[in-house]
Amino acid sequence: MGIAEFLHMGGHGFYIWGSYGTALFLVIVEVFFVSKRRKKAKEELEQMEAEFSRVDNQGING
Amino acid sequence: MKARSKRLVLIGVIIVAFGAAVMLVLNAFQENLVFFHTPTEVKAREVAYDRQIRIGGLVEKGTFKREEETTTVTFNVTDGESSILVSYTGILPDLFREGQGIVAEGKLLTSGVFVASHVFAKHDETYMPPEAAEALKRAEEKAEATVQQATTKPTIVEKGE
Amino acid sequence: MSATRRIHWMKYASASNFYPLANRLVPLFMGLAIALAVIGLYIGFFVAPVDYQQGNSYRIMFLHVPAAWMSMFIYLLLAMYAIISLVWRVKMADIMAYSLAPTGAMFTFIALLTGALWGRPTWGTYWIWDARLTSELLLLFLYLGYMGLYSAIPDRQRASRAASFLAIVGVVNVPIIYFSVVWWNTLHQGSSFSVSEGASMTSDMLSALLLMAFACWAYTIAVVLRRAQAVILERKKVALWASQISKNKEA
Repeated sequence: MGIAEFLHMGGHGFYIWGSYGTALFLVIVEVFFVSKRRKKAKEELEQMEAEFSRVDNQGING
Repeated sequence: MKARSKRLVLIGVIIVAFGAAVMLVLNAFQENLVFFHTPTEVKAREVAYDRQIRIGGLVEKGTFKREEETTTVTFNVTDGESSILVSYTGILPDLFREGQGIVAEGKLLTSGVFVASHVFAKHDETYMPPEAAEALKRAEEKAEATVQQATTKPTIVEKGE
Repeated sequence: MSATRRIHWMKYASASNFYPLANRLVPLFMGLAIALAVIGLYIGFFVAPVDYQQGNSYRIMFLHVPAAWMSMFIYLLLAMYAIISLVWRVKMADIMAYSLAPTGAMFTFIALLTGALWGRPTWGTYWIWDARLTSELLLLFLYLGYMGLYSAIPDRQRASRAASFLAIVGVVNVPIIYFSVVWWNTLHQGSSFSVSEGASMTSDMLSALLLMAFACWAYTIAVVLRRAQAVILERKKVALWASQISKNKEA
């Protein structure tokens, strides 16, 4: 079975690859945005913690 | 503790009440939720003429005809008890064939002919390779033939497509 | 670290146990999802035979059916967490419900889309208002309604309660979806897979279908845990901010 024939899927290529293609796209997009969201939250939290502990220490010193 | 079980009971009551309400509504609208009527229903209850309705059933074997030089086709839709003549102009779905379950959308004329504006193929939930389907068909034909011999009602056995 | 802040962290006791556990589970389940999907798709496309009526288009089933299952399972899970969150006020339950919603909505959308793309060559239409399709569309709106309500109300506690309430009421729709093909005449066919009667398909088709279903489960676990981690961090940030402001006021 050739690749062209496989992609053609007996005339149903559009429907089959349309289905699987969209699903794959959505899954990749979801994984990308979820990891980005966690990364961003982690960085911002760490930054905030560092900032506040600096302020706290200054307050104690002052 | 008390507040918690109160909330739990409240949520339980809401779910049950809402569920019951939904079931009642669905029951009341049962008529309108019917997606298609069977030919027997159409004949018995005299479903409104000239109104857009859907009928469903099997395409009766040996009734499919294509009108000369047009895309108009006629066939009988049956549920085993009664059948209705359907006339349709347009492209049929790939799965359309004699013996196949279909749903036709259109109007019932006073002449008793159902003029369809859309025809949908209804496929069943069974999936099998062509060889298996072929074997099954042969077995069914064999069984049919035995039944026919037993009842001594000789009819011509349909040859498949 | 000051005492006030430490007390604040205690509120996230279950969350702080959850976080490192999720860190270990996410790569495990993501790897599992990829492996299962690769094997499932290989069987689905290269081993399973063509269907006697539909030819190749039935192969959409290996995606469509698991996606539709997930759309319903995730909703039930979401509603269960919503109940726990409303009744017992468990913060982690609210985080889980909130994190499940987008993935559930995505699977519902995939089920609807693949159904449309499968319906066109087989039924002869992309869409029809039968009971199964309509109730599945309603499920998508329930997910979107939950997410919309949650983000529309600024006060998080009130947002959580309103959205949880909607999710719980909407659970009535799940049995309607599942039994719609039994209760009413629909264009959609009945279930090909039942516990009592087994499956009406060849064993290759069935194994491809089940492998894909397990892949979807593993994917859901991985991505929802990851999202829950993000939400925990975001909420910690808000709590930290609030505690710092109150401390500054005291000073």
